[in-house]
Amino acid sequence: MRKLKNIFFVLIFSVIVLNSSNSAEKSPPFLETKWTFKGLFGKFDRASLQRGYQVYTEVCASCHSMKYLTYRNLAEKGGPEFSEAEAKAIAASFEVTDGPDSTGEMFVRPAKLSDKFVMPYANEQEAKAANGGAYPPDMSVLVKARKGGADYIYSLLLGYSEPPEGVELDDGVYYNKYMYGNKIKMPAPLSDDLIEYTDGTKATAEQMSKDVTNFLMWSAEPHLEQRHKTGFRVIAYLIILTVLVYFTMKKIWSRVEPKV
Amino acid sequence: MSDHEYTPSSKFGKWFNDRLPLLTLANHLTDYPTPKNLNYWWTFGGILTFCLITQIVTGLVLAMHYIAHADMAFSSVEHIMRDVNYGWLLRYVHANGASMFFLAVYIHIFRSLFYGSYKSPREIIWILGIIIYLLMMAAAFMGYVLPWGQMSFWGATVITNLFSAIPLVGESITTWLWGGYSVDNPTLTRFFTLHYLIPFLILGLVVLHIWALHVPGNNNPVGIDIKKPSKDTVPFHPYIVIKDAFALLMFCIVFALFVFYQPNILGHADNYIEADPLVTPAHIVPEWYLLPFYAILRSVPDKLMGVVAMLSAILILAALPWLDTSKVRSAVFRPLFRQFYWILVADVLILGYVGAMPAEGLYLLIARVATAYYFAHFLIILPVLGWKEKTTPLPLSITEPVLGGSPNLAAARSDEKIEKTIK
Repeated sequence: MRKLKNIFFVLIFSVIVLNSSNSAEKSPPFLETKWTFKGLFGKFDRASLQRGYQVYTEVCASCHSMKYLTYRNLAEKGGPEFSEAEAKAIAASFEVTDGPDSTGEMFVRPAKLSDKFVMPYANEQEAKAANGGAYPPDMSVLVKARKGGADYIYSLLLGYSEPPEGVELDDGVYYNKYMYGNKIKMPAPLSDDLIEYTDGTKATAEQMSKDVTNFLMWSAEPHLEQRHKTGFRVIAYLIILTVLVYFTMKKIWSRVEPKV
Repeated sequence: MSDHEYTPSSKFGKWFNDRLPLLTLANHLTDYPTPKNLNYWWTFGGILTFCLITQIVTGLVLAMHYIAHADMAFSSVEHIMRDVNYGWLLRYVHANGASMFFLAVYIHIFRSLFYGSYKSPREIIWILGIIIYLLMMAAAFMGYVLPWGQMSFWGATVITNLFSAIPLVGESITTWLWGGYSVDNPTLTRFFTLHYLIPFLILGLVVLHIWALHVPGNNNPVGIDIKKPSKDTVPFHPYIVIKDAFALLMFCIVFALFVFYQPNILGHADNYIEADPLVTPAHIVPEWYLLPFYAILRSVPDKLMGVVAMLSAILILAALPWLDTSKVRSAVFRPLFRQFYWILVADVLILGYVGAMPAEGLYLLIARVATAYYFAHFLIILPVLGWKEKTTPLPLSITEPVLGGSPNLAAARSDEKIEKTIK
């Protein structure tokens, strides 16, 4: 039996080694950074989310849509938590087409809290035409749509470099060591002091990458904080109940042999 | 069904019970004599019932908010995740619930394999179980299609395309399944309908499964027939109820860890990209619980034979009560079988692993060897083992498990063994 178990573990182990060596050659390990949203009590860094929104709206939003987000989300609990007045002001800075009105005409008005984020392009074709044939993906759930999640997005944003020798790049194609196949059609979007943060934080490329990744994580998982909070309570409750049921079971089974 | 006559104490109870014997049924369920040596592997029956109910209840509410339309399915799921009250919780419980359901069913099946629960007189319970398992796979597959992400779409395309391997009528069947010439809106709506229907079919079969179980009663770790009720049994309530409750709570803690802290770890990132018929993902892989069968499918070079192999891998289980020729149920008394059992467990895990890897080079080779071994286990090893294996002596009853001797068919073999130990 023991021999068999050994064989079993050797098999499992070799499979794990095989797997890790296999994935290692595909892409380098992601850049390390501390995320506040990870862990049992993980929460978002509110200030970082607000800065992240600023990066999104001033840099990313010119090409990337976030069609599942609504302006009211910006003021909601567990998010960037802009005040309602701030969120209203943000919304009002965008224009949306509404209608038809009572005369049957469509009209343009400032966006309200209940409006979805305004998209940079009218449709996918227009987006592709404006970006050399590549479609800038919608970023609402982007973090969940990529293997590696937030770490991947963060690394990708900082992963641009000159191509190594022997790699030929076409026009409008850039080298990124974290991208699948290393070729990406998005030019490096962030560079030091590209924007000026309203809260005075120094806008280094790392800072902006981290902030915008935080923001994207929130947009992909807007209820993350509530989930962690509820989760902790649920599990604590279950553990207490399990202990109580365990002793009840012991008591009941003490009447019979064999005991549990 | 009941072992003794039951008369309700109240007058109304008696009146009602004479017309619809629900109280007799309730009495049967609470008094049901259960072997008292059942270990925790036996608690997964109750856990599975819990899983089914959880899936039905969460699914019911999700269906109130979900829109089965190719253009709206993906965004309706996002609507559930963002705007529906506790929608994120419902969806994560439902999605992870499927994985938990399969985790539990695999433990349940492998428990049965270890303790020989499929053997006479429990063949019908076993076969009903296999049908439930097949329906579970169908329901899970169609459920995975509903969010209409990239893996949904391409998974559906790959699986439905399997039917085109059927000679002559294959193409027509595939078109009929799709409701068109590719996976599209009609496919989605029919999958939604079927996904809603199948759990209730499963529920019906679960009732039959339990009914069939209550005729011979539970098998037990020792695997011998026991007298019921006797000092070898305890009434289902409260003994088994409290033990099942304890195990269920432990299971729920694991379940909750997934739901609240790693809700997407068992899924595939590509399924958060909306379905695009023009972009094929680099690797199309099914959910983890279908991977062993996916590996078997891909290990055969011919498409039709691959489909046949995959289906046979499941259907062969239905013939298991007759393929296993040993009269001794529990692996506890079958030293050789026990070793082959663990090799089979490893084999299935390996199949699952290579199923997730690209079907090329070493992986393909491993998949082929593991597939061959899987079938060899059932078709060669089990029948031969039943004839050749020397089993250890069976106890007379589960209260006296230390006494050598045997009350039944394994007597001859056990006697040999005893002689050997005396020498």
